[in-house]
Amino acid sequence: MTLLRRIGTALLAPVGAIVVAMIITSVVISASGSSAGDFWSIIFSQPSSRAIVNIINQTSLIYISALAAAIGFRMNLFNIGVEGQYTLASYVAATLAGAAVFSGILNIVIPLIVAVLVGAAWAGIAGLLKVTRGVSEVISTIMLNAIAVTLVGYLLNKYGVHEGNGVRSKVIDAGSQLKGWYFFDRPDGPVWTLSVLAIFLGVGFWVLLNKTRFGFDLRATGMSQSAAIASGVNVKKMVIVSMLLSGGIAGLIWMPSFYGSGHSYGTAFQAGLGFTGIAVALLGRNQPVGIVFGAALFAFLNEQSNRLTLETDISVNVVQITQGTIVLAVVVAYEVVRRLTAQREQRNVAQKLDAQGPRETEEVTA
Amino acid sequence: MSTMTKPPEAPGPSTPARMMRARQFSRLWLLLSIGAIVMVSLVRVITDANGLTSTGTIRAAMIATCPILMAGIGGLWSERAGVVNIGLEGQMILGTWGAGYFTYFYGPWIGILGAALLGAVGGLLHALATVTFGVDHIVSGVAINIIGLGASKFLAEAYFKDLEGGGIKQLTGLDTPTRITVPGLSDAATSIAGHHWFVVSDVASFVAALTTSVSAYTVLAAILVVASAWILWRTSFGLRLRSCGENPAATESLGVNVYLYKYAAVTTSGALAGLGGGYLALVSSSGFTTGQTNGRGYIGLAAMIFGNWRPGGTTAGALLFGYTDSLQLRDSSSVHALLLVVAIGLLAVAVLRLVQKKTVAAGALALIGAAFLLWYLTTDEVPREFAGMTPYVATLLVLALAAQRLRMPAADGMRYRRGQSI
Repeated sequence: MTLLRRIGTALLAPVGAIVVAMIITSVVISASGSSAGDFWSIIFSQPSSRAIVNIINQTSLIYISALAAAIGFRMNLFNIGVEGQYTLASYVAATLAGAAVFSGILNIVIPLIVAVLVGAAWAGIAGLLKVTRGVSEVISTIMLNAIAVTLVGYLLNKYGVHEGNGVRSKVIDAGSQLKGWYFFDRPDGPVWTLSVLAIFLGVGFWVLLNKTRFGFDLRATGMSQSAAIASGVNVKKMVIVSMLLSGGIAGLIWMPSFYGSGHSYGTAFQAGLGFTGIAVALLGRNQPVGIVFGAALFAFLNEQSNRLTLETDISVNVVQITQGTIVLAVVVAYEVVRRLTAQREQRNVAQKLDAQGPRETEEVTA
Repeated sequence: MSTMTKPPEAPGPSTPARMMRARQFSRLWLLLSIGAIVMVSLVRVITDANGLTSTGTIRAAMIATCPILMAGIGGLWSERAGVVNIGLEGQMILGTWGAGYFTYFYGPWIGILGAALLGAVGGLLHALATVTFGVDHIVSGVAINIIGLGASKFLAEAYFKDLEGGGIKQLTGLDTPTRITVPGLSDAATSIAGHHWFVVSDVASFVAALTTSVSAYTVLAAILVVASAWILWRTSFGLRLRSCGENPAATESLGVNVYLYKYAAVTTSGALAGLGGGYLALVSSSGFTTGQTNGRGYIGLAAMIFGNWRPGGTTAGALLFGYTDSLQLRDSSSVHALLLVVAIGLLAVAVLRLVQKKTVAAGALALIGAAFLLWYLTTDEVPREFAGMTPYVATLLVLALAAQRLRMPAADGMRYRRGQSI
């Protein structure tokens, strides 16, 4: 296959899926009596400087979340629990940072480490249950999500700072707050300092998976567990380690926002990133580069759709339908492309064999 | 393979033995249930926490159980045919909207049908993705949950905004399905329940809750559960459907259209989940609100796994979750008394294990039981949130302790392509 053809095949699925999602979204909007044209003209309009800053910031959060999910997916481990892992980790880290046990830079580094550890520990429970008791990680992580969210709600209510109707953890000292970089005017806001975590983690993810023994074992286990066992991979250990890694990365999801703008755990906390991450990981085929595009697309759609409320009668929530449809359409499209590629290869082989002369035995094609 | 075409209850050499085992089994369950009632009643008398078995609590538990149960039975249909349905939550959400929309315009009975219809659409989408396109079942389910939530919010804003009692997030003041009260029995049971007698009043509370102002939707839910169990286990259609979940290639070789059966199973699954959502909108609360499922689709799935992919077990799981779910909304003293129930229960099982000479298990259970007892003795109330966590912690514990004994359908969650062995 030529390079051009390979790139074409690789792009066929995601582009096809986005087109299908656009058609379905347009149909849904038209069916509810609004104008699909208005919707797309707003979505594809030039974003304001402020919107660009928000898109970059949100992309970094979604990207970290997607990486956390992807590391499990690469070895067929469905960590649905990213949501619970980062909720608990964010709360613990924010509370620790707010307590100001450490100061200055230490009050950033240590809570970050704690966030990683808490996320890893929460995911580790699911990993442990899987290898010791054979409990499906899908179910256990769903249960752990619910437990984490309830637990954090309880702790926050009991030990948090009550303020009007809301409750939050203590605000961190000005010395530990990170502002970030102002690419535009000051009112447009900064790109958070810790957004760079996304880049480090992305590079680290790529190196770990493609340049290390561990990464090779992980990918091998994902492709064929029996083959991995046969070649001496300790699958149980792999399950635990990748669950810990996945949870550890998940612990960092909200940290750029916390140090950059929230400064306390409360209404500023952004829930739901864990599920968005799963969708984006699937969209980007669990590849660190592919996920960048997926995360940017989701962040872009979310930010641009905010203008819908002001300028049209279309609900912002239609974007969720678009995003869900993209995910479903993209996995369907990958499957269709895979089948088409397999068929073409079979045909190529058959043609070459025919060219070599008559076959000695009659073969039955499957 | 004559068993494929004959109904399973056809007389065979093993039937008498099986019936005997079944009778012993049901007698065991009867004893266990009586034991549980006596124990709960005892705790109620000791702690004076009458809310533990009051008619109100049992009615609330029943109402909390039904949506979870319908989602769980929905999961059963799909997984018995070999398709994992994480999308139950999304299908349930679609059901809440369907119930709201159709009840507003056409009354509650059409509303119930509307809930089933919307849920079935979600199920059909899942079937299309997993059966026709061979997409991973979890991936498709996650996508359906996102679409279902988004669609319900979008549709609510688009259609309910200008209706009477409606808003961008809710539609209240809907007509509810008929309520049924059994004359005579209801009054008698209610008056006995009011005396707080040991055991007698507890049983009377049950009877009172089951005979006083029971929604027709609840009756429908019960009928659907029994009907599902009968169809799946007592008809040749059900046998074929279940064999699609065990060994689809073998089933296909016997001339069964596996794709068609899977489509039917997953669509029915979605419809049942949708009915569960409709129950939330029409009976549990007085109308549609966005996000009112609050993860009950997942709990339904957990109830099914808890129940070992069987209708009876699924019902037991749903009852457990429904009871704890309802108790947390009522008085906190009852939740506190529940600690004592758990402690006594665990200690009782520990003694049972000790008799069976399983000392390690007995010791572990006794230790956990003692911890609960200590918790009960040293505190005055349990935080609401902890009661809310109970279903999830219970599921995790059951899975951890019983995972080896649970057996899911052999080909559950696997991709099946006609003519390919893998």
